[in-house]
Amino acid sequence: MKVTLFIPCFVDLFYPQVGVAMVRILEKLGHTVACPAGPACCGQPAFNTGYWEESRDVAIKVLESLQSAEVVVIASGSCGAMLKVFYPELFAGTKHEAMARELAPRCYEFSAFLVNKLGVTDLGASFPHRVTFHDGCHGLRELNNQRPPRELMAKVRGLELVEMGAAETCCGFGGTFSAKFPMISTAMGEVKCASALETSAEYIVSCDSSCLMQIQGLIDRQRQPIKTIHLAEILVQQ
Amino acid sequence: MSTPAARFNQDARRLSADLRHRQIIQTAMGNYEVVRDQRKAAFQDWQGARQMAAETKWEAVNHLDRHLEQLARNLEARGAKVHWAGTAQEARDLILGILRARNARVIVKSKAMTSEEIHLNEAMEQAGYEVVESDLGEFIVQLRQEPPYHIVFPAMHLTRDEIKDVFQRKLGDAPSNNPEELTMVARRVLREKYLQADVGITGANFAIAETGMISITENEGNARLTAALPRTMITLVGIEKVLPRLEDLALFLPMLAAMGTGQTLTCYNTLYGGPRQPGETDGPEEYHVVLLDNHRTALLADAEQRDSLHCIRCGACLNVCPIFRNVGGHTYGTTYCGPIGAVITPNLRGVSDWKHLSYASSLCGACTETCPVKINLHHHLLQNRRNASRQQPSWWQKIAFKAFAPVATKPALWSLVTQMGRLGQKLHGLVKGGRLDPAYAWTKTRDLPPIAQQTFREWWRTRS
Amino acid sequence: MSERDIPARIREALAVAAPVPGNGHGTARPTPTQPSAADQRRVLPAVGPSFDQQLALFRKNAAELRADFRLCKDLDELAAELKRLGAAEGWQRAASHGGELTGAACRALGLPALLTDQPFDKRELAGCDVGISDCDALVAQTGSAVVTSRSAGGRALSVLPPHHVVLARREQLVPDLPAAFALLKSKYGAGYPSMISFITGPSRTGDIERILVLGAHGPKKLTILCL
Repeated sequence: MKVTLFIPCFVDLFYPQVGVAMVRILEKLGHTVACPAGPACCGQPAFNTGYWEESRDVAIKVLESLQSAEVVVIASGSCGAMLKVFYPELFAGTKHEAMARELAPRCYEFSAFLVNKLGVTDLGASFPHRVTFHDGCHGLRELNNQRPPRELMAKVRGLELVEMGAAETCCGFGGTFSAKFPMISTAMGEVKCASALETSAEYIVSCDSSCLMQIQGLIDRQRQPIKTIHLAEILVQQ
Repeated sequence: MSTPAARFNQDARRLSADLRHRQIIQTAMGNYEVVRDQRKAAFQDWQGARQMAAETKWEAVNHLDRHLEQLARNLEARGAKVHWAGTAQEARDLILGILRARNARVIVKSKAMTSEEIHLNEAMEQAGYEVVESDLGEFIVQLRQEPPYHIVFPAMHLTRDEIKDVFQRKLGDAPSNNPEELTMVARRVLREKYLQADVGITGANFAIAETGMISITENEGNARLTAALPRTMITLVGIEKVLPRLEDLALFLPMLAAMGTGQTLTCYNTLYGGPRQPGETDGPEEYHVVLLDNHRTALLADAEQRDSLHCIRCGACLNVCPIFRNVGGHTYGTTYCGPIGAVITPNLRGVSDWKHLSYASSLCGACTETCPVKINLHHHLLQNRRNASRQQPSWWQKIAFKAFAPVATKPALWSLVTQMGRLGQKLHGLVKGGRLDPAYAWTKTRDLPPIAQQTFREWWRTRS
Repeated sequence: MSERDIPARIREALAVAAPVPGNGHGTARPTPTQPSAADQRRVLPAVGPSFDQQLALFRKNAAELRADFRLCKDLDELAAELKRLGAAEGWQRAASHGGELTGAACRALGLPALLTDQPFDKRELAGCDVGISDCDALVAQTGSAVVTSRSAGGRALSVLPPHHVVLARREQLVPDLPAAFALLKSKYGAGYPSMISFITGPSRTGDIERILVLGAHGPKKLTILCL
């Protein structure tokens, strides 16, 4: 099928390898991938800050660019939640409400797309390392995405998954929250890192690059002996 | 005089870096989580119970006038006096009036968050009454002259040594720092106060409309004594605490116990329907129930956020909130802390001064997930942010977001900004981590990733 | 003034309907029906249907709560248990109320007893070592004893003395909370006592470093003797 891939702003700028990995995986599975040239952002920053009108300025372009997409795969849990769950709330009572509601069922976060829509869990990937998984809040609670990443990791050869105690605890990113309340954000990140380090894992894996940006930022500053990696980067390794 | 927002930032900054304080909360919450999960697992259908409780509260709150009137009638039929207090001032005046009429001197109180909300203790003390908090945690923080730290565990931030210290200073009686011995000291002191007190003031967990009863949940027995020994009893209760029927408690009492403290049922769950009845030989001669509005009707009028009045004050949302767990209860600087506090406080105390609480959240949604009555807490935080920015827009943010729209939606502009960003990052190295750094909020404690040599869009363009 | 204001303000506020909290994004019934006891039983913790299972559950709950539960085969055994307990605890003065079971119990104890069904001095009650009362029900699901100000000697008897002894009959064992509330309604619906209390274990607190301490203000010890 023709898969429209939505690449959020931070993946585009900071973690293009995640998007590249997703393209390669989807093409290997025999699908055509399209990337809309237009919007680079889902509009979440303005939405979360309470500027819904300004958020709609961006989100309308996203709606329009995805109108004729057969299926939309989003390269992060938080933007996935924005498109699937929050767009109907953002556009409630406006003339785009129907369009937003109609988009939602066509949207999937990447790992959910593979497992739930395509029914694929084994990509022939190999990653012989000990890892622990961080459940991004949006993916976990708005998209109910707890199982697909784990089903995918279970099929990766050589991968050893050790769950951390604070897997479901927020990493502290929260978009503009990380800049508005940096001390709280940092404390939350430290709790997350400490929990991950207890597992003796080499990698913290997530489906959310924004979370990984927060966690990696702390790891680098505090020189912690652990690395972060997006699930797609693992799945593309043979 | 600094603003609540400035004080919040100051306290949050100090406490998020206080590893000892963070450890105390983490330990307490860790223990709580184990028993809470056991209690939830004992339910045959916990999610079904949440839905049932949510629907019962919807019925109670969305027909509140009818249920309150029935509650009042049934209480009055048994000789209780029901008072309606529109504001905090009215509630204080009503209660002080009762104290005067009953010639009170010593007042014993059991836990009532509403009394914190209306600053009742200060008013009574200023009027010359002796006021003693009987709940052990409240008793301790009263001695330390600080507000409660958590709506269920008022003294959770204190060590046994700190408690021994204040008992020594204020009571002159602290045999050791052993929790049991300290508790016995409080027991001895308070026993005397129960016997001396002229008036007992309680809060309420629920108010049963059908039978006209106030339901009080506690572990210590201090509310039972407050309601048994003094000649006059006063219950201060928020109007939203109503439940329609007596049997609704069969669901709510175990749910409150599970989420509040991880118990099957709290030690004493007691229903009070009036003063001493004919044939009874003890209990108060007079029973006054003060129904408190204090901006609750304003929240009621907001249909979008009306369900925040469903709250049963179990504290579960505080316990799962990563913000609460890192800054603690005092940082919020107001009666109701944690997620529910962040939702209702701007609406109860003013958007201008308190909207920052709704912003101090990463919107992780753990609160909504755990709430036993399914309040859509984190969505309400988003709605509060929207309402705040409509009422009092921050112009530079508005302009920034407006300017962001074409940048984010026109490929040429995005491309330009990407180039500028790369250049900016090279220069950023000069100011990084210092006061001139525009990204200081981030870079003070974290590294920033570099913009990629080739962004995804740049790579995508090379393919076609 | 506020008496008329507040209900009027409420009615005005409720003019706009609020959505019923749903099973995720608005899938709830438009106007929910109130749950029946059967509905509640489907979600609450399970309770076995037989008396023996319920008795076992009550016993288990009581043990976890550190409440001392003893089953007695007849009144003589109950009296003997109470006397043994009194000697072991060193009771010197008891408090109780009139009644068949309580009367027999107090006679067996043979201690001076303050009766709370006549006017009494609360300081005298505070000086008693034990309060002995009847109850309205025992609840298997939670390990609770249900008392009221009418059936159990008033409000203070079951909470002021440092030891509370509850006297029950096995017919008073009900399976769960829905059954307990149904019983209260049928027994007292025509005129409720001013206080009804579900007592679930001896008094306790965790307010100091979350360490469990018994006997915070209410009784440190709770004994349930069941005929």
